[in-house]
Amino acid sequence: MGALLAASASASDFPLLNALIFVPAVGALIVALLPRSRPDLARPLGTLFAAIGGALALALAWQFDAADAGFQFVSQQSWIPALGISWHVGVDGISLWLVVLTSLVVPIVLAGVDPHHDPKPYTAWMLLLQAGSVGAFVALDLFLFFVMFEVVLVPMYLLIAGWGYEGRRYAATKFFIYTMAGSALLLVAIVATAVLGSPDSGITFDLVTLAEEQGLATNTARLCFVAFAIAFLVKVPVVPLHTWLPDAHTEAPTAGSVVLAAVLLKLGTYGLLRFGLYLFPEASDWAAPVLVTVGVVGVIWGAITAAMQRDLKRLVAYSSVAHMGFIVLGIFAFTAQAVGGSVIQMVNHGISTGALFLLVGMLYERRHTRQIDELAGIQSAAPVYAGVFTLIMLSSVGVPGLNGFVGEFLILIGSFETRRWWTVIAATGVILAALYLLWAYQRVFHGPPAAADRQTADLRRGELLTLAPFVIAVVALGVYPKPLLDAVEPAANELLEHFEEHSGFEVPELGDPVVVDHGDSSGEHDEDGH
Amino acid sequence: MVEFVWLIPALPLAGFAVLLLAGPRLGEPRAGWLATAASAGSFLFTLVTFGGLLGLESVDAGGAGGHGGRWFVSTLFEWMPIGGLEVDAALLVDPLSMTMALFVTGVGTLIHLYSVGYMHGDPKYSKFFLYLNLFLFSMLMLVLGNNLVVTFLGWEGVGTCSYLLISFWHERPTAATAGKKAFVTNRIGDFGFMIATFLLWTTLGTVSYAGLAAGAPALATGTATAVSLLLLLAAAGKSAQLPLYVWLPDAMEGPTPVSAMVHAATMVTAGVYLLVRLNPVLDASEGALLVIAIVGAATALFAALAAVAQHDIKKVLAYSTVSQLGYMFLAIGSGAYVAAIFHVITHAFFKGLLFLGAGSVIHGLGDEQDMRRMGALRAVMPVTAVTFIVGWLAIAGVPPLSGFWSKDEILLAAWEQPDIGRLLWIVGLVTALLTAYYMSRQTFLVFFGGQRWDDSAHPHESPATMTLPLVVLAGAAAIGGVMNLPLVADWLVLEHFLEPVLAHPHHFTSGTGTKLGLALLAVVAALGGIAFAILAWLKARIPTDKLEPALLENVFYFDSTVSNFVGGPGTKAFEAAATADRRFVDGAVNGVARLVRMLGEAVRPLQSGYLRHYASGVAVGAIILVVWLALRGVS
Repeated sequence: MGALLAASASASDFPLLNALIFVPAVGALIVALLPRSRPDLARPLGTLFAAIGGALALALAWQFDAADAGFQFVSQQSWIPALGISWHVGVDGISLWLVVLTSLVVPIVLAGVDPHHDPKPYTAWMLLLQAGSVGAFVALDLFLFFVMFEVVLVPMYLLIAGWGYEGRRYAATKFFIYTMAGSALLLVAIVATAVLGSPDSGITFDLVTLAEEQGLATNTARLCFVAFAIAFLVKVPVVPLHTWLPDAHTEAPTAGSVVLAAVLLKLGTYGLLRFGLYLFPEASDWAAPVLVTVGVVGVIWGAITAAMQRDLKRLVAYSSVAHMGFIVLGIFAFTAQAVGGSVIQMVNHGISTGALFLLVGMLYERRHTRQIDELAGIQSAAPVYAGVFTLIMLSSVGVPGLNGFVGEFLILIGSFETRRWWTVIAATGVILAALYLLWAYQRVFHGPPAAADRQTADLRRGELLTLAPFVIAVVALGVYPKPLLDAVEPAANELLEHFEEHSGFEVPELGDPVVVDHGDSSGEHDEDGH
Repeated sequence: MVEFVWLIPALPLAGFAVLLLAGPRLGEPRAGWLATAASAGSFLFTLVTFGGLLGLESVDAGGAGGHGGRWFVSTLFEWMPIGGLEVDAALLVDPLSMTMALFVTGVGTLIHLYSVGYMHGDPKYSKFFLYLNLFLFSMLMLVLGNNLVVTFLGWEGVGTCSYLLISFWHERPTAATAGKKAFVTNRIGDFGFMIATFLLWTTLGTVSYAGLAAGAPALATGTATAVSLLLLLAAAGKSAQLPLYVWLPDAMEGPTPVSAMVHAATMVTAGVYLLVRLNPVLDASEGALLVIAIVGAATALFAALAAVAQHDIKKVLAYSTVSQLGYMFLAIGSGAYVAAIFHVITHAFFKGLLFLGAGSVIHGLGDEQDMRRMGALRAVMPVTAVTFIVGWLAIAGVPPLSGFWSKDEILLAAWEQPDIGRLLWIVGLVTALLTAYYMSRQTFLVFFGGQRWDDSAHPHESPATMTLPLVVLAGAAAIGGVMNLPLVADWLVLEHFLEPVLAHPHHFTSGTGTKLGLALLAVVAALGGIAFAILAWLKARIPTDKLEPALLENVFYFDSTVSNFVGGPGTKAFEAAATADRRFVDGAVNGVARLVRMLGEAVRPLQSGYLRHYASGVAVGAIILVVWLALRGVS
């Protein structure tokens, strides 16, 4: 693996993005073809393929030029020339960290979470999930994106239906049909956009060409945008299109929940940026009031309903709705801080909520219940587990110094300029987040433990190892998020410039002091700052 | 030496890290000593940095007051740079931050030392010190931060540690609830902090204190008022002012050293610090200052009345803390920022002392906290008794102890408040009388009078690790006033030291005669309160059965009303939302699914497979089409 990493680092024309898609895809195929007699090989082998993807993603981040706002590692091959469809992939600061997140989370949960039965198909589906998600994040062709967007659905459906809990069939079907309904709209809109919006030189599905061309009439573009947006808003999900999520999350196996929260939901918000703001700038501006409203409603509604959940996993699912609402607000606030913050929040929500689902899964393994009422005093029996839970919870609450704060803060401060009152309302979500998480924590972890609670085992070494990357990321990205921001900022600015150029919206120049500071009043001179 | 300012927070952070990895292995008492050493080292480096600051040359421009003075900024790294937003992880060394850091680390170290003895035998001994070190780190980030966001980091950090420490004995449901209540209530204040930050940044384009000070004079009055009131909301949460004070009395569920350090001496003064730090903004809105003064005065009186009728030794001190914090807000609202900081420091001495003394009593009596089962303890706990008496007289405002001087300045500032100064002063004076009374009552109930505890309780004096901090704090509480003595200009050391951080340094305008007259009245009020308490609780000349009315014991039923609302209609409303989500939002989804299925079943007979059915369908369709075209043609 090290050699492979080195090789990829040396050869600059190595198709890194294609490898990021195909390594797990091929891995899925190989795992699927394993002899029936050796199911024990599936997870180790699958983890290896997933981890190679992870290593490649790290190499990608390492080689990524943060100063370059455009798409990097671009690879384009003609696919269906008659329709102008090509295999066009590339990564920029907006997609980079989502690719890295996806490629790291899948190997971690594959290695760390036991599926309990049928490891072979389980592993294969997980790998396909990784391949499809990465593919969707790097696709620069509308058709390719659609394919990847759909590819992801199938393994997730099967993972929920095959390895989930009691209500898995209902939840899986609901998840599938709900998102499929969105996808149908998406497909129509994609075709319409390509057919009506292509340049005179001929039909194309190429995202960059279509975005630069802006060939659609205003009303057509708005219509197409609405179709795109609905598909993505279902995925995010926003209130009131969210009710598939608590069911899917609760019934999914732990690994499925983690990937669902960390990766799949991001397809929605990422889509809103890439195929909303970028492809339909004018329509985005037009629809922004509605979308911002929807985002803020999600923040509040998600938090309130989370507070009243009796099932710990459902509670985390509803908290997801609240957190994703912030991202929608940030995207449609159209400032560098808010958009950049949204991208950061996508990553950080993946880390915190992913870790929360892992933790809830570990508790279920021990107690075979997720009902808050049936648990108490766990902190006395499992202090290390409780400590990790506390840390992740505080990250989710948005305590500064931990990762959750960075995105939330940037979204709110950036949105305040353009969406002042909505931001004020959304900020009350910060109070509610503390309320529902701490209340749940108190009921599950504090108080006198009953006999069953006393016997709850603390974290095992393997579980600690699984959680360690999340814990490290929570602290590291909270203290020093600059590397992430450095890559995000140019891309966010570029996107906003493009948006500004093609919509009536004027992105305010933020951070230009109205009153000029005294020359020596900033902290720049450590040597002689008196 | 100011370059090493980063070591001040770094040492307790290192202590936290070591305890996190090796705390249980270190065990008792080494974990405690390690944490204490980290804190003491931090104090040492604060002294060094303080010396370095004094050695700096004063400049004319910049600084957090807007007009120079001595200051130094140490930028560690860029924290969240994006677009025009610059948020550096940077520390500010200036008179205000150093004043705060000095007493925080000083008192903090004493309380660490005290805890070595107090927490003896606790199964989670090392974890306690881990939290304590993390708290100290956060508190230092709060006061040393060079911008609002770093201060917010500390602000939330101390809030988190407060949560962890209040619910330290988390198997006790009351402790767990109190911790949660503290955090959530504080979050309401944090909301104000965040919005204030956003508003300042979008208006002035900076979050650094120097930049804000430079820009503040240009703020529109409306903006300045909005920011100031939002900051007041933030400060009211952290510093337990009306109506957000409700968490602090409950916070007494935490171990007593925590009450002393977090909930009396340091964290709860963060709100005062924040307002003083942003004095250039506050000064731009007279209306907001008036509101701050009113909130402060109201809280001071309200909480003092509550303290009169409490039976729990710590609850008296808790309400007393709320009341004293009210004084500090009153000072800020009157524009006397230095008086506020002066009282922050003297209060840290005497209230820290009183809490630690109370802890010593609780410790000696085997976890008894009800004053009705105490009494006559001065014989068995001489050191605790004598030091507690010093603290009592200091907070009561008996000259020449420290509390007299700082309170006197606040009362004078209130008197000079231009709008409703006389009223504010009267409220302050009545509060002073009440303070002297309830503290005397407490002292008499605990240390004097007859024995009301079982002999089986075996009260005993605490070990040296606990009494030494008591003695040191008693010394500080006694002579702390020297840092800012009135009448002779040169004696106002703190005043002159802090002047550069203030946009508009406050100057008392009253003549010497007025000053002396007001001071005399304050002393009379203090002595009056004490005398009344002597008659009632020591000499039994006044029947005490009417002195603890239920209304005051239950603090005007404010907290219980709020709790009942949150637990009743509040929870019901949330529950209704959750039900609506399940029944209507999700119900609609399932309804659509059912509808689709029904439609499918309804049209299923159409796909019968019989040619004649299809043929008749086509025929019917054709007829309808023809009829329709014909009708169209007619019209």
